[in-house]
This record gives sequence, structure tokens and C-alpha cells, in this order.
Amino acid sequence: MNRSHRHAAGSGCLGTMEVKSKFGAEFRRFSLERSKPGKFEEFYGLLQHVHKIPNVDVLVGYADIHGDLLPINNDDNYHKAVSTANPLLRIFIQKKEEADYSAFGTDTLIKKKNVLSNVLRPDNHRKKPHIVISMPQDFRPVSSIIDVDILPETHRRVRLYKYGTEKPLGFYIRDGSSVRVTPHGLEKVPGIFISRLVPGGLAQSTGLLAVNDEVLEVNGIEVSGKSLDQVTDMMIANSRNLIITVRPANQRNNVVRNSRTSGSSGQSTDNSLLGYPQQIERSFEPEDEDSEEDDIIIEDNGVPQQIPKAVANTESLESLTQIELSLESGQNGFIPSNEVSIASIASSTNTEFETHAPDQKLLEEDGTIITL
Amino acid sequence: MPEVSGGGCRPSRMRRFLRPGHDPVRERLKRDLFQFNKTVEHGFPHQPSALGYSPSLRILAIGTRSGAIKLYGAPGVEFMGLHRENNTVTQIHLLPGQCQLVTLLDDNSLHLWSLKIKGGASELQEDESFTLRGPPGAAPSATQITVVLPHSSCELLYLGTESGNVFVVQLPAFRVLEDRTISSDAVLQRLPEEARHRRVFEMVEALQEHPRDPNQILIGYSRGLVVIWDLQGSRVLYHFLSSQQLENICWQRDGLLLVSCHSDGSYCQWLVSSDAQQPEPLRSLVPYGPFPCKAITKILWLTSRQGLPFIIFQGGMPRASYGDRHCISVVHDSQQTAFDFTSRVIDFTVLTEADPTAAFDDPYVLVVLAEEELVVIDLQTAGWPPVQLPYLASLHCSAITCSHHVSNIPLKLWERIIAAGSRQNSHFSTMEWPIDGGTSLTPAPPQRDLLLTGHEDGTVRFWDASGVCLRLLYKLSTVHVFLTDTDPNENLNTQGEDEWPPLRKVGSFDPYSDDPRLGIQKIFLCKYSGYLAVAGTAGQVLVLELNDEAAEQTVEQVEADLLQDQEGYRWKGHERLTARSGPVHFEPGFQPFVLVQCQPPAVVTSLALHSEWRLVAFGTSHGFGLFDHQQQRQVFVKCTLHPSDQLALEGPLSRVKSLKKSLRQSFRRMRRSRVSSRKRLPAGTPGEVQEGSAKAERPGLQNMELAPVQRKIEARSAEDSFTGFVRTLYFADTYLRDSSRHCPSLWAGTNGGTIYAFSLRVPPAERRMDEPVRAEQAKEIQLMHRAPVVGILVLDGHSVPLPEPLEVAHDLSKSPDMQGSHQLLVVSEEQFKVFTLPKVSAKLKLKLTALEGSRVRRVSVAHFGSRRAEDGEHHLAVLTNLGDIQVVSLPHLKPQVRYSCIRREDVSGIASCVFTKYGQGFYLISPSEFERFSLSTKWLVEPRCLVDSAETKNRCPGNRAGPKKAPSRARISGTQSDGEEKLPGLGMERALLSDERVLKEIQSTLEGDRGSCGNWCSPRAAVECSLSNGGAE
Repeated sequence: MNRSHRHAAGSGCLGTMEVKSKFGAEFRRFSLERSKPGKFEEFYGLLQHVHKIPNVDVLVGYADIHGDLLPINNDDNYHKAVSTANPLLRIFIQKKEEADYSAFGTDTLIKKKNVLSNVLRPDNHRKKPHIVISMPQDFRPVSSIIDVDILPETHRRVRLYKYGTEKPLGFYIRDGSSVRVTPHGLEKVPGIFISRLVPGGLAQSTGLLAVNDEVLEVNGIEVSGKSLDQVTDMMIANSRNLIITVRPANQRNNVVRNSRTSGSSGQSTDNSLLGYPQQIERSFEPEDEDSEEDDIIIEDNGVPQQIPKAVANTESLESLTQIELSLESGQNGFIPSNEVSIASIASSTNTEFETHAPDQKLLEEDGTIITL
Repeated sequence: MPEVSGGGCRPSRMRRFLRPGHDPVRERLKRDLFQFNKTVEHGFPHQPSALGYSPSLRILAIGTRSGAIKLYGAPGVEFMGLHRENNTVTQIHLLPGQCQLVTLLDDNSLHLWSLKIKGGASELQEDESFTLRGPPGAAPSATQITVVLPHSSCELLYLGTESGNVFVVQLPAFRVLEDRTISSDAVLQRLPEEARHRRVFEMVEALQEHPRDPNQILIGYSRGLVVIWDLQGSRVLYHFLSSQQLENICWQRDGLLLVSCHSDGSYCQWLVSSDAQQPEPLRSLVPYGPFPCKAITKILWLTSRQGLPFIIFQGGMPRASYGDRHCISVVHDSQQTAFDFTSRVIDFTVLTEADPTAAFDDPYVLVVLAEEELVVIDLQTAGWPPVQLPYLASLHCSAITCSHHVSNIPLKLWERIIAAGSRQNSHFSTMEWPIDGGTSLTPAPPQRDLLLTGHEDGTVRFWDASGVCLRLLYKLSTVHVFLTDTDPNENLNTQGEDEWPPLRKVGSFDPYSDDPRLGIQKIFLCKYSGYLAVAGTAGQVLVLELNDEAAEQTVEQVEADLLQDQEGYRWKGHERLTARSGPVHFEPGFQPFVLVQCQPPAVVTSLALHSEWRLVAFGTSHGFGLFDHQQQRQVFVKCTLHPSDQLALEGPLSRVKSLKKSLRQSFRRMRRSRVSSRKRLPAGTPGEVQEGSAKAERPGLQNMELAPVQRKIEARSAEDSFTGFVRTLYFADTYLRDSSRHCPSLWAGTNGGTIYAFSLRVPPAERRMDEPVRAEQAKEIQLMHRAPVVGILVLDGHSVPLPEPLEVAHDLSKSPDMQGSHQLLVVSEEQFKVFTLPKVSAKLKLKLTALEGSRVRRVSVAHFGSRRAEDGEHHLAVLTNLGDIQVVSLPHLKPQVRYSCIRREDVSGIASCVFTKYGQGFYLISPSEFERFSLSTKWLVEPRCLVDSAETKNRCPGNRAGPKKAPSRARISGTQSDGEEKLPGLGMERALLSDERVLKEIQSTLEGDRGSCGNWCSPRAAVECSLSNGGAE
């Protein structure tokens, strides 16, 4: 043990990292090259090998810096796990067939009450029956926080994916007044606020929007100077892929950028610089090109079909959209219940990654994807 | 475009919006094609409050409660001015012989306006304003002006006040001449002893200048004292004492007789002679006595060559039985008529001999300004018939429910409509329009345009909308088709000879509708065939044909059951109208021959007529149908109702919707007024008054916080109400099924974002009556954003909108390109989309609502011509719910320009907007007025006129025909943009164009034999005419 501790302590400079893996009652220890951790598949094989369970399907989880049990099921969260492990990476392995999915998530390892999450989500206390979680590709994003790195920390850009769900968007907006800082001092200006969330609606179930949040933008268009009716019409027109930028009434849960916990912050900065135009493009263009194109045509009383697009050059964008969606679902796709969402934001987890799409486009997704 | 402001996410938006607009060539072309102008207001001013007339200029002036003044002369001569203060104009006085007028507002301010000639045309502008102030501490009534007398010298204004003092101010600077003030004390001192004992003064009711002697003025006080004051000697020349409250007074032309009218309904004649010191009235009379009468508020005593005078007075009706009537009585010789107006009389004037030296007044026209209309009565013709107005028409005789514009009417149809209309106008006087001052410099309109307005009482009015004056050509009534509660033979005018008072209804304002179901909701006129389709509130669709002869015919009745086999619905709205059975007599004009009644009888929400195929399509909130009016057979009906949509079934949609809307509106208004009242408070001045008002406001604010206006954010779904509401119908000959064969088709768009396309088989002309028209549903498109479809259009192979039916047959349009592939343009309230045909695939789109939060309210194809390019371009003119007008290019759907036009709160204005095919439009600014606007640089109809005080003052109606002065700019041909040099030869062309006769000849030549024009007129004129005539390429 001593030896391994010493080893672990020195790992930071030596570039290796100690891994402590637990399967059932058995522990295994080994070390990894921090700089080139390899792929998830290799790591998965390695775990099966060290635990001598070559043909057993398992779920892999790790304890993150806050003591939360988070899943490792793809390259991205594997890399995240490796990059944030300090000093050692604690791995928990469960057999798939007897996996306890509720184990994952916030507060799962550290049993102290998280005050914030309780405030935000009072139903946290009521334990819901656990849902069986499938693989990432089976997931469909419902909402996300996006563009974290380009927005002020006090703002939050939330994307609600209406398509495919039967859930109503389920919120109301109202007029109100807000205080702005101007060169001439503070000024009271009219603003648009979320006035009500419908229980069971999409907006409420994401937990990303709350009553009295001020609406600043709708799909990238500022609402200042627009009437309540105009903003209503804009939101409804965008309802199939609504991106709302709000200033949350509760500012305590803001994403804190460049925090010490964000191990990949440096990388993130680089990314955002590199991929800036594409990133912006991506944030707003897909809304133009994806879900709303699916007008339906019925020919000669036949079967309804989606109307195809006539112009060739939009195809790349469409495929781009596809990729984006699968990425989103991949990212953190293992988070099983809605309890996770807020806490992971609250705990300043700012996950960033990059990947190259099969075709030429550089794609990027920022922020945490919340999946229900 | 939305404001672009700083922030991390802007570059993409910037780029998106800048991308289309950065082509300098296109930018220049845009400037060539588009410009926005509100050009003229048609109709009758809303809430008129004052009338003025200048006999020398022959110009009429009307002031309104919103502080506007409008001047009218010869048709086409119009001016408008607006006081900075939004106060009621209480008096207008045109200064004798001058191009100047003085207005008095209800805030006691006086304003001097003048018509100044600038760039060859007159403009109305305000020169000075003035408020009469008394000494410090004086009561406000001391200087409250009651009467204004412009002195014939044109340098002085005499101002009678509530205090009884008469102040004198000098024009044009409104300098108060204090030494000339005629105080009531001064008058009292100069009265003989016996006249002083009574309290005779109080406010000044009348001020008149002696008709012959400018040094004498007459002052009438409300208590009944009248004095004739010598201005030079400052003395009372004569005084008269009446026992009744004085209302007004009139001085006979020779100055020898006074006529006063009083509050008890009497008038008195007084001889002006020096012998009697305490004169008694020569004659005192209560014309409608002996029972108590209402006051006579104004009287005119006008001499005539024939001997007996005309006595014209307002009011004086028997209080008990006719006290509610608005009457003006004319008494001459043994004739007496009490003209009975349907709205309150504001004021009246009589046009008389303008030459002050003439021996007699010789009144020839009575002009009455009533609250809702102007009535002009010919006093020279026996029976005193009304004169038809060339302008100032009361558009709202019955409330306007819809409007439809047809550009470029063929001469033949135009003449037939005018002929039909002239038969209806036989009761009008043949007198030429008497108010004919000024000269219109506007060239004659290059084409004939019709504006059709549908009204609540079931009438359709046809207006000549070609030029500055909106003139009624013909009125069509659909009432005779139906059995209504009121007997049409009941006539208010038929009264016995010995009826007293001799009332006679005049004017056309009649806001009371017998039956709201008669209201007209949709109009569609085919200008080539003379077929007209009209649809109304109770699901009635009438197809009419123009017939020059009166006819007795039976109207074919058909019921269209739009619910078909849908079960279990109960219509809770109004019942359908009962049609008359048997033949009905119809006057020459548009005569109905088919009546389709929708079942349930919901309001018709869309209508389309294809005169070549002889088909009419109609839609309601339940579905749509197609009717073959040649064979008088229903082709098909389609129910568009969603099974769960109960609301649409229950009753008239309008009621449900308007209530919702009006509630929303009133809430918003409340909020707005609160916000604005808060804003008005001066900031940072603490004091008790301020605190008090702040306290008073707080409860209001709290209420607002308690019940905020909320809007639900929810995606539209198929289950929403009124998704089946058919918003638009469109006929097109296009490639619906395959790309090798085109066929007639009918397209329908609903509130729920569904588009239905039916392929039609119309038998060839020779077998048209033998084979049925067949229809088959070919396509159904569901827009995923589910916004209401407000427009459907097919573009041909050259991306040009398909021509109207018969347009090609009449050689007024190129045949559509049937070689290339057609495209379908669908306009929803939220976005524009282009699809390919026949295989429907999405090609292009432009989102409006998602980007700026505005929604399409009206969309129409318009042809924009420029002076440079020969043929111009087709684009979409779009009105949004925010009152903005935008032009969106075809076929690329690029926003071109955007102008704010109507206030967004003006819901009825936005709802009333109608576009023309050449980039103009109309919308209601009040129930009785259309504002005309233009988006085009080429088509601009606006008044441009000259009024000159030096012009001949005698009446000579012959000299106003023909162009007198060469205008410096020709608005129609588009030398509008500044910095452009005038084209040589324009003068010639204009002279040709403005001569109506020549123009008619040109056009008839063009219409008759299009090949042979131009050999006799200048080539440029020929080009101009062909552009204006066949501009729709």
C-alpha cells in the first residue's frame, strides 16, 4: 500500500495514474498512462481482464471529484474520468443483469444532504422507482444547456426538444421589469419573465427553467424591445426546437467557468477559439434545418410521408444534425434520473469535448446534456 | 430586422442578415423599385367638428376632433393639416380672399394656416399660433373665445369671449390691439339709459361685419342684446333687445335687416333704421310652434333675384315629437323642407354669389356637415335634390366588413358598371360639383381601378379608386335575394303632403343593419368576364353576372353540407338566411343567379372564383366546397374539421374570437395606460403632491402584479381549435400529379397548417354543359409548424406567378411558362415556403415569426415596375400583425424592404388592409376613412394641386378642364427620386395623358387593336400606356 501511495503521489509528474477497481467485494489496482489513456473499449477489456470476468457484461462507474458515482461507457466520459482523477481513479463495476442503476448520480457515494438540490427539486426525497437505463444510442435528448462557454455566467441557454415527445412545453411568460446596468447607471427596463411552469410539462421536468427567470433571447434573437405577444409568437414558432436564454432568478446554480474542477478547461478554451464560427453556426443553424423540415405530404390519399428537401446543399447539414444528436445522447447518456441534472450543473461540471464528424465539419458540444 | 447588439453570439446573426443585402446592384434596384408613402386619405373625416368655406377660393374646410383640418376644392384638390395639439377644432375661418385660414381649438388657441406655393404646388402649413390671455388674475372665461370674426381687411380678427368683451388681434402675428378692445362696459356706457337696466351682456354669441360698411360690426350677446358698433367712433349705432336668449344672428346683404334666432325656437327680423330708439322686432316667428320648440342655433337670410328670400335655419324642431331629429330647414316662397339627417349636424353653410357688390345673395347650394357625412343640396333645382359627392364619401354608411381591389379594369366593364350606377343616381342633381376651387395638377390616372367594399347591411359598393378621389360608382345590394324581417317597401320618405314638419330624409349614413347575417365577408370579381362572387356571414355564397338590363329571375339555391357524414355535431350559431322563392326583380347591374348556402351556416372565410372554368370555391370554419356555376351543380365538399374541435361547431367564430381578442386588447390597453401614466410623472421631485399621487397609484400597480398578463407557450397541435378553418382558396393550372401533364387544380389552406390540393377535370368548352366537372384529392400537405395558411400561389417555369383566369385569353398577360417546373409557394402566418411540383419537396423557406415575432396578416403578389427596367418584377407584399409592411422577393424569398405602416394596436386597421396588384394598398384609419399607401416608386396616387388667391373669383365651371400649368414632377411615371433629371418630352406625354379624352382613345385602341397604336401619338406615350395597361406581363 505504501508503495502504491507513493506511486500515486508521484503520478502527477510522472504521467501515470493509479486505478483502484472494485467488482463485488474484490479490489484490483493498476496504473494507467494519464497522457494516453486509450479508448474505452481497451479500458473495458482491461477491467474484464484484471477482474478475470472476460465474458461478463458489466457496467463501469467511477467516483468523481465530488464523490458522485458517474458512469463510464464511452470514450468521452472515460477520458473525463481519467483527466479529473486526482489522485487516483476509483472504478466500480457491476454486473449488467444485477446492476443498481439508482446507484449512479449525485449524492450516491457521499451521503450528505445536498441542500441546493433539495431546494430545487423537492421531490428529491420521494424515491422514484428506478428505471432501467439503456445504452446511449437509445437516448433522445429532451433538453440541454448549451453555449456555456460563450455566455456570461449569469445567463443560461436552454434548449428544449419538443419533437418526438407528447409532453407539452408547459410554461407561461409574462411582462415585467428588470434592472439593467447601463453606462448611465442602473435603469429599469421592461422584460419578459417565465411566470408559470405546468406540472409535468417539458419545461418543468428539465429543471432548467424556473418561475421568474428572465427571458433574454429566443433562438438567438434578443427579446428586448419586443412585446409579450411577439415573444409568445416567436416561442411558438420555434416550439419544435426552442432555445431560450434566460437569466435565472436563482443565480446560485450558475455554471462557474474555469473552476479548478474543470480539468479540461484549458482544452475547452482552445476549442472555443478554434471552432468559434462553427460553434455559433451549430448553435443556431440546426434549428433552421432539422426538425421543422418534416412537413408531411399525402399523395393521392396514400400514406403520409415526410417531405424531402429539394436542394442538395442542405443535406450535409442534415447529416450534421444527426451526428450532433447522437453525440448529445452519448454525452453523459448514462445519467439515469432527473435528479442528476441540476446537481451536476450545480456542482460546476462543465464537460467539454470535441470530435470530428465523418465529413469535413468540426463539431462541438458544450455543456451538460440532461436526459430523461 | 431585429436590432443587432453586442454580445458573444452575434456574428452569426449579423452574417445571416447581411448576407442577402450586400449586393450594391440589388440595393440600387431596390431603391428604384420600392418606396413607401402614405399618399392620401379617402372617405369622410372621422369625428368632424368644424366647417369653413371660402367663397373666393371655393374651398371647403373641415376640422376634426383629433385636430386635423382638411381642405377640399375641385376633385383632386385636397390638403390636410394636423395641429400639434390633438385638440378639437371648434371653428375654421377662411380669411376672405386669402389663401389663409384661422382655426380655433377647444384649448382656446388660435392657429393661422396658409397655402403656400412650393415647387409649383400648394402646401398647407401652419404659420402662427396664439392663445388669448387676460390680465393676471382674470377668470379664464374672460378670454375664452366664443366667436371669431375675420375682418374683411384681412388684418384684424375680432374675438368674442365668454366675458362679453370683444378683443382685437392683428394678423398675421396675432398681436393684441388692446386699445381697440370693445369691452362690455364700454358698450353699456354707450347704451341709452332705458336699455341699461337689464343684465344684457354675458357672452358674445355673434359677431358680424356690416356687409357694406367695414366700419360697423354687430355684436350679439347671449342674453338677447344686439348692438351695431361703430369701430371708428367707438359708439353704439343701433341696439336691439330680444326677450329670448340669443343663439345667432344674420345680416341681410344690404345691411338693412337683421335676423336673430333664439333658444326658444323663434327667429326675429329687425329693421336697421335710426328712427326708433327702442325698436321692436319687425316680425317674430316660431316656425314649428306653437308647442315648445328646440333652439334655432343658426339662421341665414339670403336674398334672391326672384324676390322672396331663402331662410335656412338649423334646429327649431318641436321639442316633444321631433326633438331628437337633426334638421336643417329651408324656407323659400311657399316651399319649406326640413332636411332630416341621420347624424348630428355639426354646421352648415350656403354657397351664394361670391361678389360682395352683387345685389342679391342668390344661394345655390346648401352644404351640411353632419357627424357622419357631408350632404350637399342643390337649391336652384326644383325639389332641392342632393348633389352627388365626388369625394368625402361616407364609406361607413353601413359598417365596412371586407374589401377587395381590382386593378386595371377593362374599359368595357368600367363603362357598364358606371352605366348601372348612373341609373341608381337618378335622384341626384345634375348640377356640376359646386366646390371647385384650386387646380389639380395630378395627371389623369393611367388605369382604372376598382375598390369593392362589403358592408354589414349586405351591400357591396364599387368605388372608383383610380385617383385621388374615391368616388362611388355603383351599389349592389344582396338583400333582395333573401326574406328579411323588414319590408323593403317601407319607405320613410313617403309622407303625406300635409305632414308637418315637412321632414325629408337626406344622406346615406344608415348604420343600422336589418340582419347581421346579411353582412358581406368575401368578394371576388373577375374583371374580364363580369362574374362576381360574394359571400356572407351566414354561409351564403352568391354568384352574380353583370347584366345591362333589368331582369326578373329566379336564383338557383343549393345547400352545401360541409359536415357531410360527421355525426353528433350541433350548430349553436345563427340560422341560415331564407331565400325568396320564385323570380325576383333585379335592377340593371350585377344580378345573382346562384345561391350556395353552407351548412352549418358559418361565416364564409375564403372565396375563389375561376371565370374561365366557371367554378366557385368557398370555405368556412368547417370545410370547403367547389361549385360549378355553369351547370349549377356542386362538384364536391370537403370537411376540414378535426373531430375534437367542438368550438368551431358551436357558433359564429367571430363572436368567440372577437371576445377573446377584445378582452386581451382591453387588458393590454389598461396596462399600457398605467405604464404611460407612470412615465409621465416627473422624476426626482419629491413633494407632498407627488407622494399623494404615488400612493394613489400604488393599488393599481399592485393589482397589476397580482394579475399579470400571461401567455401560454405551447406548440400547436392537431387538436387545437379552429384548425379546420379554411383561410385561403386558390385555382391553378399546374402540374399536380405528374410533370408531363398539367391540369386544373384547387388548393385550400387551413388554420391548422394543412394544404389540400384537388385535381380537377373541366370538360372542354363544347361539352361544358354535358359532362360533369370532376375533382379528386391529389395531395395533402401538413406543415409541421401548423401555423395558419394565409396564401397559396403557383409560380410557373420562369418563377412568375400564374396569371389570373382569362388574363391570357384577353391578351393582357404572357402565357405562363409550362415547360419548366412549377413551384408551389405556401405562406403561413409564420413562414414562407417554396415546394417543387409535382413531386412536393421543400426548396426554400423564409421564417418570419421565429426571427422577429411578427406574423403575416395579409399577403399579395404585386408587380413592381421601375423607370429604368422595362418590365419590373413580381414580389410579395406582406402586412404583419405589427403593422409592418414588407416586400419579400419572388422566387427567392429574400426580404427586400420593410416599412412600419399601421400602429400595431390598430387591429381593425390591420385587418382592413388590402393590397393592389401594383404595390399600393388601402387600410381603414377610422370607420369612414381609407388611408392609401404605395410601396412602389412607379405607382403613386397622391393629391398635387394649386390654389391661388389671384385666381378668378367668379364662378366659371368651364375653365377647369384641361391642364393649366405644367407640373414639375409627374408622380405616376416615377420621376420621383431626387436628383434625377427630367426626361425630355415628358411635358408632351403628360399633356397627352392628362387629357382624359386622349387617354381613353389610347386605351380603347390598345384594348381593341393592340397592334396599331403608336402611329399617331408619340412613341413615348405609347410605351407609357402599354406599361400601365398590360403591366402584368
